[in-house]
Amino acid sequence: MAQEIIEVPITGKVISIEVKAGDTVQEGDVICYIESMKMENPILAPQAGTVTEIQISVGELVETGKTITILEYQG
Amino acid sequence: MFGLFETGFSGLTLGPIVMLIIGCALLYLGIAKKMEPLLLVPIGFGVILTNLPFSGLMDTMVAGEVIDSYVIGAQPVGIMARIFYYGLTWEIVPVFIFLGLGALVDFGPLIANPKTLLLGAGAQFGVFFAFFVALMLGSAFPDILNIGIKEAASIGIIGGADGPTTIYLTNKLAPHFIGATAVAAYTYMALVPIIQPPIIRLLTSKKERQIYMKPQLRAVSKREKIFFPIAASFIIILLVPKSAPLIGMFMFGNLIKESGVTDRLAETAGNAFMNVLTILLGLAVGSFMSAETFLQAESMVVFVLGIIAFAASTAAGVLLAKLMNLFLKEKINPMIGAAGVSAVPMAARVVQRMGQQENPRNFLLMHAMGPNIAGVIGTATAAGIFLGMLG
Repeated sequence: MAQEIIEVPITGKVISIEVKAGDTVQEGDVICYIESMKMENPILAPQAGTVTEIQISVGELVETGKTITILEYQG
Repeated sequence: MFGLFETGFSGLTLGPIVMLIIGCALLYLGIAKKMEPLLLVPIGFGVILTNLPFSGLMDTMVAGEVIDSYVIGAQPVGIMARIFYYGLTWEIVPVFIFLGLGALVDFGPLIANPKTLLLGAGAQFGVFFAFFVALMLGSAFPDILNIGIKEAASIGIIGGADGPTTIYLTNKLAPHFIGATAVAAYTYMALVPIIQPPIIRLLTSKKERQIYMKPQLRAVSKREKIFFPIAASFIIILLVPKSAPLIGMFMFGNLIKESGVTDRLAETAGNAFMNVLTILLGLAVGSFMSAETFLQAESMVVFVLGIIAFAASTAAGVLLAKLMNLFLKEKINPMIGAAGVSAVPMAARVVQRMGQQENPRNFLLMHAMGPNIAGVIGTATAAGIFLGMLG
């Protein structure tokens, strides 16, 4: 199993999390929404894989670079 | 007697009916399609109010006689005429909107990546392109179109997609065009998500649109953020003195936000104050769109040239970004050039969304905010250049 870390790309507030640990996602699926600069920004899965532990929570203020989750995939 | 002649029905001729349909269409776009509702709902409703016959909202007084339309320079009588006169022709509203904008924007992405300033400047190409096209059309058809050099400048500035700047410049140079140019500028700002993507796709390959940019920009210190609006005011106003009202207010708004000691002022300027101004501006611009001022050949030319200006600005931004890539070691995604028009944050949002569609790893929002904010500075500066030359 290979892994890819999904990081917070923009400082802001987590407004919803759309996946949970163990979910399988396709490339482009929404992982969570982060509100920043008065916009709801979807954070997308960079590729297909399985979501591991979610390391952010709804309402949390997150900084760029913080890990959202680690995606496991075949390869 | 409450006869038919006393109601508004007898005044419902073709012109007002066409305008009422346009007003309803603007409301539809704002409410049902959620396109820039903060702009289109007040403008659309203003159009409806002013075109319901005999309402007297835009009445003015000329030589002691009340006239049921807005005459430039005449004393305002109707309530909307007063808002338009004192708010717009006295330049209070557009200039203070820049104060509110300044209190909302973050110059961080621009300071972190100053080369994006070039993209904001490049996207002003459309302004000058449309200026020359309008000028040529005006001299080719002098009998139909009353477009001289000042009118041409007012049309060209629409290319910057900046409502307050367009109103400010038109009011100074060609006040009779203010309704058409303001509505064109605000409509195109609202239509950024429809107009820009096809132009961006046409000028870039899929591979270019997929170019990845690291999300993390350099951290910008508080001190840099405080110095920026002060230094920018010095440099820009010394270079282009006539840009002072817009740039001065914009930078002042930003300073009260970044200084850290005037949060209350910044909070009010960016929210409550800005909302009040938006209501007044939207209603006043909409109210100016009566059938007799709007349904004219010149207004149609303003709309067509306005969109050419805007498209040319978008294209110039993208092409300049591609040109920059020839010299840059770390390539930029050329789509961020399209954000060099000053529709903040609509243009940056378009780039962000397209970037994610092409490559889900990409998060271009902050990269696009740099040129986007540079575009606001660029358009206000372009207006200052026109004013310096023609004002």
